[in-house]
Amino acid sequence: MTPGIATSVRLTGITKSFLGVPVLRGVDLELRGGEVHAVMGENGAGKSTLLKVLAGVHRPDGGTIEVDGAEVSFASPTDAQRAGIAIIHQEFTLLPHRSVAENVYLGREPVRRMQVDRRRMVADTRELLNWLGEDGIDPADNVSSLSVAQRQVVEIVKALSTDARVLGMDEPTAALADHEVELLYDLVRRLRERGIAILYVSHRMREVFDLSDRITVLKDGRFVTCAPTGELTSEDLVRHMVGRDLGEYYPDRAVPDDLGRVRLALRGAGNDRVRDLNIEVRAGEIVGLAGLQGSGRSAVARAVFGVEPFTRGLLEVDGVAQRVTRPRTAVRLGIALVTEDRKGDGLALRQSVRDNTLLVRRAALRGARSRARSDVPALLDVVTVVARGEHQEVRYLSGGNQQKVVLAKWLAVEPRVLVVDEPTRGIDVGAKRAVHEILRDLARRGVAVLMISSELPELIGMSDRILVMHDGALAGELPAGASEGAVMALATGHGVGEVA
Amino acid sequence: MSTLQENTLPVRQQATRPAAQRWLTPVVIVYIALVALLVVGSVLVGLRGEVLLDQGGILNILTRATALGLVAIGQTMVILTGSLDLSVAYLVGLTSLIAAETMAGRDGMVVPGVLLALAVAAGVGLVNGLVITVLKANAFIATLGVALILRGYLEENYTGPAGDVPRGFQHLGYDRIGPVPVAALLMLAVAVLSWWYLSRTRSGYHMYAVGGDIEVARLSGLPTRRIIVTAHVLCSVAAGLTGIYLASRLGSGAPYVGTDAGYDLESIAAVVLGGTLLAGGRGGVAGTIGGVLILATLDTIFDDLEVDPFFKDVVRGVVLVTAVALYARRMSANRTRGRLT
Repeated sequence: MTPGIATSVRLTGITKSFLGVPVLRGVDLELRGGEVHAVMGENGAGKSTLLKVLAGVHRPDGGTIEVDGAEVSFASPTDAQRAGIAIIHQEFTLLPHRSVAENVYLGREPVRRMQVDRRRMVADTRELLNWLGEDGIDPADNVSSLSVAQRQVVEIVKALSTDARVLGMDEPTAALADHEVELLYDLVRRLRERGIAILYVSHRMREVFDLSDRITVLKDGRFVTCAPTGELTSEDLVRHMVGRDLGEYYPDRAVPDDLGRVRLALRGAGNDRVRDLNIEVRAGEIVGLAGLQGSGRSAVARAVFGVEPFTRGLLEVDGVAQRVTRPRTAVRLGIALVTEDRKGDGLALRQSVRDNTLLVRRAALRGARSRARSDVPALLDVVTVVARGEHQEVRYLSGGNQQKVVLAKWLAVEPRVLVVDEPTRGIDVGAKRAVHEILRDLARRGVAVLMISSELPELIGMSDRILVMHDGALAGELPAGASEGAVMALATGHGVGEVA
Repeated sequence: MSTLQENTLPVRQQATRPAAQRWLTPVVIVYIALVALLVVGSVLVGLRGEVLLDQGGILNILTRATALGLVAIGQTMVILTGSLDLSVAYLVGLTSLIAAETMAGRDGMVVPGVLLALAVAAGVGLVNGLVITVLKANAFIATLGVALILRGYLEENYTGPAGDVPRGFQHLGYDRIGPVPVAALLMLAVAVLSWWYLSRTRSGYHMYAVGGDIEVARLSGLPTRRIIVTAHVLCSVAAGLTGIYLASRLGSGAPYVGTDAGYDLESIAAVVLGGTLLAGGRGGVAGTIGGVLILATLDTIFDDLEVDPFFKDVVRGVVLVTAVALYARRMSANRTRGRLT
């Protein structure tokens, strides 16, 4: 098997409408073997649709697709696969209880004497894994025993096993932890070296600049520009994407007059993941919590919210010591948590926007049912959700709108303390800005906000103070507008100033 | 835009589970539990001055396990594909009648009787499968509906045993080699065949895939409908085999032979006890047979101890709930480990 013969794909003037609504209005794209071609654009710009047209999931209304110079038309994903085009979807398409090899060859199992030729399946899978330099994965392992990053490798191997020469990747880092992102970078570079053409769809500018050779920007279903990555700056890119200069990204910080009483205080708090935490968050304040993956950032959030409670020290809300041993207690005390896993922990995906908005209020508050429905429109308005209506199921919303519904869910119970963990992960620039404004607005209205984020510019741009964690404990505190270097220095366990 | 990133080299991580976790699969647990049950049972029965595993005891356990085993093998297949079959108990009764009535005491009609019973069973399975896949009815409701239809037919047409099985055919139910009934060996042969089918053939692989995630299966180009229908046909054929076996033991067909023994829920209990996920996608026949043997052994022990029948059910309930809770715990433990690597 020799995947990786250089090839090229050219899309010209692709148009596509859904129910009369144009989503793609004449998009051109050219992909060459051995290049990483990034596609950027806000949500709704048509990136995913373009990817699906390429993969044969959607048939374009107009325009042509050429593979190696010959015009083709795909009636199904299988057709695209035959032409050597495969897509790694955002959601993984693996069976957790089956082995790696069984997943890779699902539906195409080799047969020998009436039986699945398991030996060959395992050998071929191993060969592909080795070819990618991923020999840490055993083809016989169950997928459920693999990390998220390894699962992604399996997805890619699955695509390569169909002799794919063109890989489309849709937000491939959305599900990955920080250190796994590096592994993916590596993998993408190796794929490129081996002549695979990669169409890389991502919201994260840093990734696009780190990885891509060329960038195509879409806006409102139209082709805006395509340029070598080296010729673009991130400002250019933002301007192309939103069609205007965003300039200063972040809302104004709190001024001393805005700050009120200490709403949330931890005094020597700890459990088996974090220790000796002394944190105060005042009304009106956004406190950033920085740290590397695994430093205990999220563990603090989970402990404050009673998911994995503190076992030592004190937790005070508005000056009163409280024992928060389960989320229900936390909610009753006015503590809210926006988790980093929006789809898994934050939303009932198959329920309506309204039901999700009222989820917490209905679940945790007594006697609130009577006024349950009437202020849903107002809440959704505050967070600027764009949905077809209150009855639309949230799974059909974009990531940004889903996150806004999560926020609305908490606004509905008027929290005193709001803990947000990666509030803008995987959402587009516009939605990100809206989320930032909502958070600041809440702070102004007297909520104490504790914000966790892996994105340093965001954390620094938003926070009135920054607490940095290292290895389960606080490593230090930095004022508003601290440099990324200072945060990194504390986060990696160096003193302030040691690392630029 | 920069992201908080560890500056050290990426750690190549391997979610290694402790060795003990790896081999301690549900199947192994089931058989350990079975051995433990045999030991405890032997002691309890021994205290009364009797022997659990004497010739009669073994015969008793295996005879009980034969009929339930056959039904449960079929049930395993549908449950693995993420479906369920509540119609098996009535189907067992119906096929016992079809076999016995067709045979009507004539040796020459044995083969036609058997084939007709199996054909009708396959037809019922086909209906189950098509209602679920084409009409998109929930499996629970669809097979409950078919069960009600079968019950109505049986109640309308039969008041008690009917038909007559020729003497020669009764050997199937009663012949044995030492303490081991021939029928039990045949049941085990069916089990081995099913095990091979599920774990070695493409169709078997695809049943796991459909049960694991039907959307993934569809996107991988599998004919998901056909796979579910196949599982239902095989399940019903297994129920048909049970009906034929029971006709041979009883000497005639009996409309409620399947429901009196509660083979519908009992078979699901055995499958789940054997470590197969009720949601599908994981498990297998080996565990199911272990589950069947545990249930059969429990019954035999209770009989030997002359236990109150109500207490019997309480114990069976406790065993079932404990087993499922145990598997669920292990699953969630694995999940957590996966996420926190």
